[in-house]
Amino acid sequence: MPASSRASRLTLRAVALGYLAALLAIPVAMVFYRTFEHGVGSAIAAVTTPAAQHAFWMTLTMVAIAVPLNTIFGIATALALVRGRWRGRTVVAALVDLPFAVSPIVVGLALVLVYGNTGWIGGWLADNGVRVIFSTPGMVLATIFVSLPFVVHEVVPVLREIGVEQEDAARTLGASRAQAFWRVTLPAIRWGVAYGVILTTARALGEFGAIAVVSGRIEGRTETMTLFVEQRFQSFDLSGAYAASVVLALLALAVIGSMTLLDRRKED
Amino acid sequence: MAIEVRNVSKSFKGFQALDDVSLSVPEGSLTALLGPSGGGKSTLLRVIAGLEAADGGEVLFAGETVTGLPAQDRGVGFVFQHYAAFKHMTVRDNVAFALKIRKRPRAQTRARVDELLELVHLTGFAHRYPAQLSGGQRQRMALARALAAQPRVLLLDEPFGALDATVRKELRDWLRRLHDEVPVTTIFVTHDQEEALEVAQQVAVINHGRIEQTGTPDDLYERPANPFVMGFVGPVGRLGDVWVRPHDIELLDDHAEGAIEALIERVARVGFEVRVEAVLGDGTAVPVLTTRDQAEELELRAGQLVWLRVHREREFAA
Repeated sequence: MPASSRASRLTLRAVALGYLAALLAIPVAMVFYRTFEHGVGSAIAAVTTPAAQHAFWMTLTMVAIAVPLNTIFGIATALALVRGRWRGRTVVAALVDLPFAVSPIVVGLALVLVYGNTGWIGGWLADNGVRVIFSTPGMVLATIFVSLPFVVHEVVPVLREIGVEQEDAARTLGASRAQAFWRVTLPAIRWGVAYGVILTTARALGEFGAIAVVSGRIEGRTETMTLFVEQRFQSFDLSGAYAASVVLALLALAVIGSMTLLDRRKED
Repeated sequence: MAIEVRNVSKSFKGFQALDDVSLSVPEGSLTALLGPSGGGKSTLLRVIAGLEAADGGEVLFAGETVTGLPAQDRGVGFVFQHYAAFKHMTVRDNVAFALKIRKRPRAQTRARVDELLELVHLTGFAHRYPAQLSGGQRQRMALARALAAQPRVLLLDEPFGALDATVRKELRDWLRRLHDEVPVTTIFVTHDQEEALEVAQQVAVINHGRIEQTGTPDDLYERPANPFVMGFVGPVGRLGDVWVRPHDIELLDDHAEGAIEALIERVARVGFEVRVEAVLGDGTAVPVLTTRDQAEELELRAGQLVWLRVHREREFAA
C-alpha cells in the first residue's frame, strides 16, 4: 500500500476518533469522574434521597407505560402503512414522523393547550376530576408522543422486505389472519420490533423538554430523572446532578448493550 | 376434486388481469396454466386459492361454490414461486404448520411430517432452517408443507421458475411421479411450454387475461386454435398464409413438385438436431429443423440454395 494512502487513512481515523472523544467519550467520562471523585459513598447518598428515588421510579414508570403502548401502536401502524391500500397513507406516514421534526418543548406546549385546565379536552377532564397537566398522565402523554415513531420506523422496512408471501402461505395452510400474524408475521419482524423497542426505551429515558413543560417539575411528585438532574444542577448541587446523571447513563448503556447483544444474536 | 371456474374477471387499477375466464379441471388431473408473463395465469391460480377475490364470476370445488370462502377454509395446498418458506422455523416446523393450526395430536403430526419428509427426500434435513437449504430443497419442503393437511387441491405458482435448468428438470419429473402416487387434483402455472407439455395432462393457454385454448398437450401442439397458441407451444414459421412447424419442412437440393426455393442463411448444430434458417425470395425467414444425417447428406451451409417441401401446414381464419 502506498504511504500516502496509508497516511490519509490514519488521518481520517484520527479525526473520526477525535471527534467522538471530544463530543462523547470525554464528557461522559468526566461525569463519571466527578461523581466518584469523593468516593462511592457520597454518590450513593446523593441518589438515594427520597426525591432522587422518586424521580428514578417516575422515569421507569414513563418507560413502562410508553414503550408497550408505542410498540403495539407502532406494529399496527406499520402494518396499516405497508399492507393497507387506503387513501391518506402518505399523510399518516408523515404525521408519524412529526415527533422527530417538532421540538419536544413545542410538544409540551401543545399538550398543555389541549389537556390543560383551560384546554378543550383538559377542561372536560378537570370537571370530571382527572388532572392531566402537572401530573403523571400528562407526562406519560408527552413521553408517548416523543417516542412514538421508532417502532414504526424500524418495522416498516422489514415488513416491506418480507412481503406477503409467507402470510399468504400461512393462510392457504389454514391459518386465520390472527394466527398468520402471531405465528408468521410477528416472528418475521421480531428484530425490527426489538430495535424499535430499544430505541423507544432510550428516547423515553432521556426525554426532557416536553416533560419539563407538562410536569410542572414538582419535586417528589412530577419529577423524572432528567428533571431531577437539572433541578440539582440549578440548585448548585453538582455532585447530586452528576450522580443522577450517572444513573441515567447506566440505564442508557444497558439499553445500548442489549442492542449490541441483539446484533450478535441476529448474526448467528 | 373437480374444479370449475365460471366467467371469472379481475382487474387491478384498470388493468384487466382476467377477462371472463372459464375453465374446467377434472378430478385428479394435472393441469397446466401456460402463458406469457403478465397474461393472468397467476392471478387465476390465486383466485382459485382464495388469495385474490374475483370482481365477478364463480369458482366451484366439486360442484359447490367457494367464491366467498376465505383461503384458510378452502383446503388447498399452494406452492409459491419463491418458496414462501417460514424462515424462522425449521424444516420440520414448516411442514407441520398446517397440522399444528388444526391442532392434530402431536404423535400424529410427527408421524405425518416424517412420512412427508421421506416423500420429498428431506429426511435428514428436519432440523435445518430454510436458509440452510438449496433452492430445490426449499421447494420440495414447500411441497411437503402444502401436502401436509391432505389438501383437496394442489396449486403451484411457477414452482420451478426460480431454479436452475437441471434442478428444474429433476423436480418436474419428480412432480409427475408424485402426482401418480398422490393423485390430488393439481394445477400449476408455468410460462415454459416444454414444462407444460411434458408434465400436464391438460393445458390451458392464457394470454391477455383470456383463455386461448384448453386441451391435451397433443391437441395444442397438433391442433392449435389460433396462431398465438401455435406459436406459444412450439416453434413456428410462416409461408404466405400458412403456418408450419420447422420439423414439418423437408429440405431438398433440387426442385420438386410444390417445393419453394430458399436461401440458407444460418446453420446451427444443437446435439442431434440441426436448426436451419432459410430465407424465401420475398425476404421472409423460415426456421427449418432437420437431422444431422440429412444435413450432412445435403452438405448444408450458409449461402446455399435449397428447396423447401412442406409436409404439414395449418391455416387460420383471419
